[in-house]
Amino acid sequence: MTDARAQAAIETVIRLESARLIAGLAHYTGDIGLAEDLAQDAVVAALEQWPAEGVPRNPGAWLTTVARRRAIDFFRRSSDLSRKYAELGRGLAAEGGDAMTPDFDRAFSDDIDDDVLRLIFTACHPVLSVPARVALTLRLLGGLSTAEIARAYLVPEPTIAQRIVRAKKTLAQAEVPFEVPEADQRAPRLASVLEVIYLIFNEGYAATAGDDWMRPALCAEAVRLGRVLAQLAPAEPEVHGLVALLEIQASRIPARTDSRGGPVLLADQDRSRWDRLLINRGQAALETALGLGGERGPYTLQASIAACHARAFRVEETDWAAIVALYGLLAEVMPSPVVELNRAVAISMAYGPQAALDLVDQLTAEPSLRGYHLLPSVRGDLLRKLGREREARAEFARAATLTSNERERQLSADRARGLGE
Amino acid sequence: MKFFGYTLGDPDTPVGPASPEMYERMSAFVEEAIKAGVLLATGGLAPLSEAVKVKYSGGEFSVLDGPFAEAKELVGGWALMETRDISEAIEWTKRFLTIAGDGESTIRQVYGP
Repeated sequence: MTDARAQAAIETVIRLESARLIAGLAHYTGDIGLAEDLAQDAVVAALEQWPAEGVPRNPGAWLTTVARRRAIDFFRRSSDLSRKYAELGRGLAAEGGDAMTPDFDRAFSDDIDDDVLRLIFTACHPVLSVPARVALTLRLLGGLSTAEIARAYLVPEPTIAQRIVRAKKTLAQAEVPFEVPEADQRAPRLASVLEVIYLIFNEGYAATAGDDWMRPALCAEAVRLGRVLAQLAPAEPEVHGLVALLEIQASRIPARTDSRGGPVLLADQDRSRWDRLLINRGQAALETALGLGGERGPYTLQASIAACHARAFRVEETDWAAIVALYGLLAEVMPSPVVELNRAVAISMAYGPQAALDLVDQLTAEPSLRGYHLLPSVRGDLLRKLGREREARAEFARAATLTSNERERQLSADRARGLGE
Repeated sequence: MKFFGYTLGDPDTPVGPASPEMYERMSAFVEEAIKAGVLLATGGLAPLSEAVKVKYSGGEFSVLDGPFAEAKELVGGWALMETRDISEAIEWTKRFLTIAGDGESTIRQVYGP
């Protein structure tokens, strides 16, 4: 084995163990900042010892043992034990443990899967800003470095590093417990987790700016996090709804860019290039979500819409009436002008461009859509279909000025030019 | 990135039935791989002696029944994985082999449709 491959193997093992290691330590310390520091100590030890000694047979246990020793040192050395640690020590002492060195076997005997679930809920806690939740989730659950996250989001690395440090401080100051929320808090907390995963996927999928290679990696990471969550919280229909949505959207990745990397609209995609394996996985996840019953949530509804598209081998086979109806339901559970805009597109396909334009014209007054490039893009498309080409051209030109993504800007500019200048 | 992994062996050395202990460890491993979001699909294949070959040449089909003489055949099953890179696929394959025992797995990247 070459040195480079051996080094890659070590780094890979560490990355694979990272989330579980941090989760277990966070359960024990109740502090994800401290948990990450302890995990980092163990990683440093591994990077020192494994190249010479080889990767241990059970690397996760090895890392946990080293982190455990560091934690004991930390607790013994620390002359200024915080109230939390003192309490933890007392609690364990009452159960026959040593007051200063908590009984790790007991603390770690709990199911590590539950700890990973706790870690997800904590990293996505609403006390944190959305960008902080995203960064912390990618760092702690995805095992991405701050450099990788910075690259994916096109921001300087210190910005991400600072965001993560501040997030951990905020969690500590707010004394956010390391736990899966109680039943009365579960729905909003789960919504926050799902939103974070969805935003990570969308950042990769929609690429709001630039065209860095990290983008597909963000999609893949979000799908992976969704699949992990579906295993950890199998009774939540919206988790499966989100997974279904992501799997089906990911199935289109091979078809949604042309050979020069430009975007290809859904209607123009070569559907033989859709990944059938992912579509099948998505449909299975959707059936699981629907099978769990209850009112269909926003992700399950969006997945149902995506599945309608996936079922059509040719665009003409699309069941637009069903999609219009699903957008109607979606607008009820998640009222949003963007949903209305999508409903308008479906209406134009099901019932003609004039019906859709009537709806879109109402949306032009919507303040939240000012500056949203898809509004003039959709409006331009409808006007073109109605033969109002001069107005259509102006809308496409406007759409081109509103997007910061180079590829999308090009597409809109091309469509404006396609109508003759 | 998707990877297809499969294990080849000598067809003359039959693989014995898995011990209950190995079976248990393998189930735990598969569960771990699913929970990690890595394992997309997995399965085994019937022996090559039961295989059928369909040939098409000059507009004519011929259907041949086994056994076929091959130096190595698929013995340990196959797995379709989705990982961040080849290095992760190698690591999961090592974990599989630790349980499956001596053998040689091949990992090939799967391209999109």
